[in-house]
Amino acid sequence: MKARQKRLVLVGLALVGVAGATTLALSALQSNISYFFSPSQVMASEHPTDAVFRVGGLVVKDTLARQEDGLTVHFKVTDNAAVVPVSYTGILPDLFSEGQGVVAKGRIGTDGVFYAEEVLAKHDESYMPPEVADTLQTAHVDGIVEQTTGANTPRSATQ
Amino acid sequence: MIPELGHLALIFALILATAQAAMPLAGSLTGNRPWMTMARPLAYGQFVFVAIAFVALVEAFLISDFSVLYVAQHSNTLLPDIYKVSAVWGGHEGSLLLWALMMSGWGAAVSAFSRNLPLPVVARVLSVMGMVAIGFFLFMLLTSNPFERLFPVPPEGRDLNPLLQDFGLAIHPPMLYMGYVGFSVAFAFAIAALIGGKLDAAWARWSRPWTTVAWVFLTIGIALGSWWAYYELGWGGWWFWDPVENASLMPWLVGTALIHSLAVTEKRAAFKSWTVLLAISAFSLSLLGTFLVRSGVLTSVHAFATDPERGLFILIFLCIVIGGSLALYAWRAPEVSEGGRFDLLSRESALLLNNLLFVAFTVLVLFGTLAPLIYEAFDLGKISVGFPWFNKMFLALAPFLALLLGIGPATRWKSDQPSRLTKQLWLAFALSIGVLTLTSMSAVSGDDLWVPIGIALAAWLLFSHLLIVRDRLKHKQQGWRQAMVADFSGNGRSFYGMVVAHLGVAMFIVGVTMVSNHQIEKDLRMSPGDSHEMAGYRFEFLGAQKVNGPNYRADQGHFLVYRGERQIAELFPEKRSYLGGGMPMTEAAIDAGFFRDVYVSLGEAVGGGDWALRLYYKPYVRWIWLGAALMALGGAIAVSDRRYRIARARSTAPAGAVGAKA
Repeated sequence: MKARQKRLVLVGLALVGVAGATTLALSALQSNISYFFSPSQVMASEHPTDAVFRVGGLVVKDTLARQEDGLTVHFKVTDNAAVVPVSYTGILPDLFSEGQGVVAKGRIGTDGVFYAEEVLAKHDESYMPPEVADTLQTAHVDGIVEQTTGANTPRSATQ
Repeated sequence: MIPELGHLALIFALILATAQAAMPLAGSLTGNRPWMTMARPLAYGQFVFVAIAFVALVEAFLISDFSVLYVAQHSNTLLPDIYKVSAVWGGHEGSLLLWALMMSGWGAAVSAFSRNLPLPVVARVLSVMGMVAIGFFLFMLLTSNPFERLFPVPPEGRDLNPLLQDFGLAIHPPMLYMGYVGFSVAFAFAIAALIGGKLDAAWARWSRPWTTVAWVFLTIGIALGSWWAYYELGWGGWWFWDPVENASLMPWLVGTALIHSLAVTEKRAAFKSWTVLLAISAFSLSLLGTFLVRSGVLTSVHAFATDPERGLFILIFLCIVIGGSLALYAWRAPEVSEGGRFDLLSRESALLLNNLLFVAFTVLVLFGTLAPLIYEAFDLGKISVGFPWFNKMFLALAPFLALLLGIGPATRWKSDQPSRLTKQLWLAFALSIGVLTLTSMSAVSGDDLWVPIGIALAAWLLFSHLLIVRDRLKHKQQGWRQAMVADFSGNGRSFYGMVVAHLGVAMFIVGVTMVSNHQIEKDLRMSPGDSHEMAGYRFEFLGAQKVNGPNYRADQGHFLVYRGERQIAELFPEKRSYLGGGMPMTEAAIDAGFFRDVYVSLGEAVGGGDWALRLYYKPYVRWIWLGAALMALGGAIAVSDRRYRIARARSTAPAGAVGAKA
C-alpha cells in the first residue's frame, strides 16, 4: 500500500508538472511566433499591423541603397507579383545580395516600409528558404527553377 | 578507377552488413553457434570496406579529381590540403560516408572490446548495428552516392563553402557524428536486450561505458559547433536555437537522461523499461536530427542545400526504426521485472526527477522546433518560433535542475533521511544564499535578478559538490589529498568523473548568465583614426588594406584595443572574397580572455575608407565552452572507472542490486 501511494504521488507530481509546463509553453509561444507573409499578401494588407512578422522573396536588382549613416540600407523584396520596400539598420549577412532569396523579420511602418530587425543569413549560396521557394512558386515564376537547380552544376573558377 | 573501387567497396559493405544483420541474430535465436561467431568477422569486414571507400574519397579530394561530381562541388585546386581532407565531409554525400565509417568503426570496436560478453548478446548487438548500417548504406547508394562521375570534367572545382574552411569546423562534424552514431550502440544494446528478453543490471553495465563515450563525443561536438558559430559567423552569438542546433541538442538531452538512468539500472536494477525507452529515443532523435537537417523542411540559418527525395528516404527509415523498436518494446517490456524499491527521498527519486526535467526540456525543444511544421500542417500559417521562447523555456527549467543537481549526488540509494541530508548540505546552502545576497545588492530592477540567481546556483553546485567529496573522504585515515589520490586510483573514477562534469555545469551556468546579461554589442561606422569606447575598452581603427590569402582576397582592418592607457590587443578582422565561388566571408578578430572576449567584425566598406563594423564585449563567454569541456572530461574520467575493466575481466555479471555509492 505504501509503495503504491508513493508511486501515485510521483505520477501526480509528474502530471501536474507536465500540465503546468504545457500551459506555460503554449501561452509563451503565442507571443513569440512570427508569421510569414509574401510581398503580395503584404500589399493586400493581410499582414498584422501591430505584431512582428516575416516577409520574404527575392531582393530586386539595383534597389540596394546605403543611407548616409553608413549603417542603414534600403532594398526591395519581391515575389515577382508585388514589391515591398525594406529598411534595415545594421550589418547585412555575408550572403545577402541582389537577386537572391531573403527573409526579413520586423514590422511595417505607417509609411508602408518594412522595418527589419533581422535579415536571415544563409550558409550556402544554393540554399533557398522554403517559404521563399513556396512564395515564388505560387507566383508562377520560372526563375526559381534556375535558382535551385543551377547550383548543382559546378562552375569554373573563371566565373 | 579509384572512385569505382570506392563505390564497389560500399556495395560490399552493404552485403556484409546484410549478412551481419541476419546471420548472428538467427544464430542467437536458434542456438547456432557458428552463425553467432560470424558477427565479429562480419563487423570487422564491414569496417574495412567502408574504410576503403572513405580512403578512396579522400584520395579523390587530394588529387583534385574533378571527374567525381562530389569533389568538383566541394573542392578546388587552391584549397589548402587540410581543408581538402575536411571537405570530404563538407557536403551531404561525404558526411554520410563519414557517418557510415564511424558506424562501422563503432561496430568493430564493440567486436573488439566485448570479448567477455556472452556470445548471444554480442551476436544480437552486432545484428542490430548491422540493420542500422543497411539503412545508411542503402541511403548512400540509392540517393547520395559520393562517387558519382561528372562528364565533361570541369577544369576547376567549385570550392568548399568558405564557412567550412576552418579548423573548428573541420573537426566539429566528426565529433558530432561520433556522438550521434555512438547512440546507435546504446540503441543496439537495448534492442538486443529486448530481443533476448533479459534486461538486467548486467545489461546496463555493458552498455553504460559505450553510452558515456558517445555522450562525451556529442558534448564536444556541440560545444565545437557553438564555438565555431561564435567566431566564424561573426554574429557574436553562441547558440541560436536554430533547428539544426536543436537537432543536435535533443539527442544530447535525452542522452544525458540516459546516462543517469543507466546508473540506476546498473546499481539498483530499477527503471529498466524507462532506460530502454530512453536508449531508443536518443538514437531516434539523432535520426530525426539528420532528417531535419537534410530534408530542408524547416527554415534554418544553418541549412545547406537540401533534397526532398533524401528527406523522404530518411523519414521512411526513421519510421521503420522508431515503429519497429517501439513495437518490440510494447511486446517485450511488460515481461521485464520490477526493479528495486525506493523511498520518496532517495538517489533513485533524485535521478527520476533529473530524467523528468531532461525529458520535459527535450519535449519543449522538439515542440518548438516542429511547431512551424505543425502550424503548416493545420493550415494555421507559416510561422517561426523566436529564440526568446526557447530561452524562456530554458530559464523555467534550468534553476530546478541546478538546485536538484546540488542535492542528488548527496542522497543515499534506496532511502535517505531529510535530517541527514540537511546536516550534510546546510553549509553549501547558507554560503550560496550569502552569494545571492551579495550579488543582488547591485541589482536595480527585477530583470537584473537573473545574474545573482545564476551566480548563486553555480556557487551552490560548487559548494555542495565540495561537501559531497568531503563526505566521501571523511572516514579515510590519511590526509585529504592522499585519500583523494588513493580513491581516484582505486574505485573512485566514476565518482570524480561525476563531480568534474557537474562542476562543468556550474561553469557553464556562470558563462551563460554573464554573457546573456552583461554583453555589449554595437554596430557603427568608423573612419580611419576614429576610436570608440565601450565597456572600459577603447577601440581605435587605423584603417583597412588589401591582403591576399591562398585562395581568397581580403580587406583587412587594423584595430588597436586599449584598456585605460595600456594597449592590450591588436586585432585584424577580415572581409574575404573567395576566388572559387566568389563567396564573401567575414572573419572576425577576437581577443580571447578567461574573463572576457573583445571582438571586432567587419561589415562593409561604405566609401572613403570608412567601414560599417560591429564591436562586441563578451564577459565570461569562454566559460560556456570550458564548462562543456569539463562535462566531457568528467564523462571520460567516469568511463575509465576500474569496475568496467574488472567487469570485462569477469565473464558473468553480478546479480541484482549493489548498494554501492557512486
